[in-house]
Amino acid sequence: MRIAYIKNKLLTIDESFVFRVKYQTNNSILSTIESEIDTVLSVEHSEVLGALRNNDLENEAIYIFREVAAQFERPVLLFSGGKDSITLVRLAQKAFFPAKIPFPLLHIDTGHNFPETIAFRDKLVKELGVELIVRNVQDSIDQGKVVEESGKYASRNTLQTTTLLDAIEEFKFDACIGGARRDEEKARAKERVFSVRDDFGQWDEKNQRPEVFDMLNGQIELGQNVRVFPISNWTELDVWSYIQKENIEIPSIYFAHKRKIFLRDGFIWSAEDDVVFRAEDEVVEERMVRFRTVGDMSCTAAVLSEADTIEKVVGEIRESKISERGARIDDKRSEAAMEKRKQQGYF
Amino acid sequence: MEVLKIATAGSVDDGKSTLIGRLLYDTKSLTDDKLEAIEKTSKQKGYDYLDFSLVTDGLVAEREQGITIDVAHIYFSTPNKSYIIADTPGHVEYTRNMVTGASTSQAAIILIDARKGVIEQTNRHFFINNLLRIKDVIVAVNKMDLVDFSEARYQEIKSDFEELMGKRDYQDQKITFIPVSALKGDNVVNRSENMTWYKGQTLLEHFEALDKEDVYNVGTPRFPVQYVIRPKTEEFHDFRGFAGKVYGGELSVGDEVVVLPSMTKSRIKEIYFYDKKYQTATRRSSVTITLEDEVNVSRGDMLVKVGDLPTVNKEFTATISWMDSQNLNLGNKYVLQHGVNKVLAKVENIHHKIEPDYSGVDESVNSLAMNDIALVTFRLNKPIFYDTFKEHRTNGSFILIDNQTNNTAGVGFIE
Ligand SMILES: Nc1nc2c(ncn2[C@@H]2O[C@H](COP(=O)(O)OP(=O)(O)OP(=O)(O)O)[C@@H](O)[C@H]2O)c(=O)[nH]1
Ligand SMILES: [Mg+2]
Repeated sequence: MRIAYIKNKLLTIDESFVFRVKYQTNNSILSTIESEIDTVLSVEHSEVLGALRNNDLENEAIYIFREVAAQFERPVLLFSGGKDSITLVRLAQKAFFPAKIPFPLLHIDTGHNFPETIAFRDKLVKELGVELIVRNVQDSIDQGKVVEESGKYASRNTLQTTTLLDAIEEFKFDACIGGARRDEEKARAKERVFSVRDDFGQWDEKNQRPEVFDMLNGQIELGQNVRVFPISNWTELDVWSYIQKENIEIPSIYFAHKRKIFLRDGFIWSAEDDVVFRAEDEVVEERMVRFRTVGDMSCTAAVLSEADTIEKVVGEIRESKISERGARIDDKRSEAAMEKRKQQGYF
Repeated sequence: MEVLKIATAGSVDDGKSTLIGRLLYDTKSLTDDKLEAIEKTSKQKGYDYLDFSLVTDGLVAEREQGITIDVAHIYFSTPNKSYIIADTPGHVEYTRNMVTGASTSQAAIILIDARKGVIEQTNRHFFINNLLRIKDVIVAVNKMDLVDFSEARYQEIKSDFEELMGKRDYQDQKITFIPVSALKGDNVVNRSENMTWYKGQTLLEHFEALDKEDVYNVGTPRFPVQYVIRPKTEEFHDFRGFAGKVYGGELSVGDEVVVLPSMTKSRIKEIYFYDKKYQTATRRSSVTITLEDEVNVSRGDMLVKVGDLPTVNKEFTATISWMDSQNLNLGNKYVLQHGVNKVLAKVENIHHKIEPDYSGVDESVNSLAMNDIALVTFRLNKPIFYDTFKEHRTNGSFILIDNQTNNTAGVGFIE
């Protein structure tokens, strides 16, 4: 009886077990087998969970990633080292498990990165086992393709566009996946999930393809490419909540830390990094701050914060009275700043 | 967290953008910096009130002309739900954008200017929301402040609209009337003090009370395969997983399934979501399925339950909404994308054009222009596996792609 029962159980588990039971069973090893069954069964029980709980935003993003992999020949994931692109990486892992992410990551390096984000990037890429391509804005400057801005508000944010477009051409990328969200800015609210760029990398905002139901049309001509936004429908809070729930590691600058800073135009700037322009009369003080976005250091302001854990950060975002882009000086240049940059091929 | 997608509809200047701005403002979803920008611009323009449409009209051309040109997606949340509202353009020219906004929504708001009442555009918007089988529709009678918050006027508009409701095809659509002032904030988030005669819910109260599962159309499970996962690693040497999204119903381990179009039978062996296995994949989940048997499955194929097959056919008739500047003509060929499956389609017959204002049909046409809606028969080079749109919103819809321009030229709802 006991043996029949065990055989039966094992049959459903592993053929090599069945072999052993059939040919080697004697009472002395029965108990060993029994305990093996118990472990196998308990593992299996904990492994096969009940009904999958739904997260619509996550399901949508995974769906989009799979459409990209299926519809394009040379996709690439634009990786900035920020929380949105880190979230993208996790979603891509989910979309293709147990296979590796089937496309490389591309980092357009402004040379103005927070050191923490570069270290973080390299570690992540190693863990994923995917290819990382880096192209430098500095090279575009050295080649005379773009001219470095000067003055108080100088940043390399706009210059990135040229480096990006060159990289797209160099590698013949046909789909560039990015972490932009529609809630970030009102021109972005108009962007499609699959957003077609012409051979000059330009966005024709008045002539976008309709996107109906779930269907994504990735048909393009040679030379064109599509910008893809899997987390279009996420808000800043959605991203932070997801990072918390999924326990995703993010660079330390997102958490409150002591930093030498100075104030200008009501914004808090890092005084610890050379690339941030500071006039002599701008006074340096030390404060507890964190960053809400980690773009180009020269145009990313910090916020005063005591939130040094992910729980506290999520709580803070929930209560926040200022939008994420409120801390990006480049958007303040004019009301149409983002739309203009997008038309020219900016992400 | 629950996400509810809502589309808006209404003629030019009925106040859609203003209403959405008001929703954001009254739910305290507008951050200080955004509010400051609106205040500044409103003042510059010489307005004596806050122009909330500035929140959603994100393009320069839109702000210059004071109209919405393209769909914008706006986000806000309450402790209870997350909301995504599609702000759609009201101009007749942009009917296609309205279809776009409504296609991904579970609920809709149709705005009516209380001074103008039910007009031709109202018919059109109602028709489209009904065609797309949106389950929950709010008719918001806006600008009540301009008609002295008159109950008589509201009732008059309501009964005009109720007349329309008799003509609709999808009778189960739930319709609720609310008198509002988007500009002043009456009955949007907060109850109106000017319209104490109205005893119903405010707009937000209505959405908060909606049960999300109720607004989704339930059908039978369909699993279109998007991508085949073959890791070729030591640990997963023989793994062949079929990645896709489950539509309409649930799929469980052990379910007997048929692979279309090969008609091969097998059983579901495992359901993966990332690195975990589940017993059941619920509706709308993006999972990876493995089968008991080595069967040939590729992108565009579909897994369905045994005894629950969709129609497999090379010819069908559909209501289509044309979205391209180049006309659809009899005999034209298009790429037809049905879910993730692509085939070639030829226009066999244009039965009639449907006047979306419920004024009837035109049988004399053999060409369709942008924003036209018509009943069309297609012949395909390969069979597809479909349900009618009535039975299955996802498996009953498709898009038409122009092979020359690659544009999404139209959307269809299978009859
Ligand atoms: N008095 C009053 N005016 C309103 C109300 N709602 C909107 N308006 C005004 O009506 C005008 C048009 O409002 P919008 O919100 O831009 O209209 P819309 O429906 O988005 O227009 P399109 O997007 O172009 O179709 C603006 O001047 C608003 O201030 C209201 O409840 N009362
Ligand atoms: Mg508008």
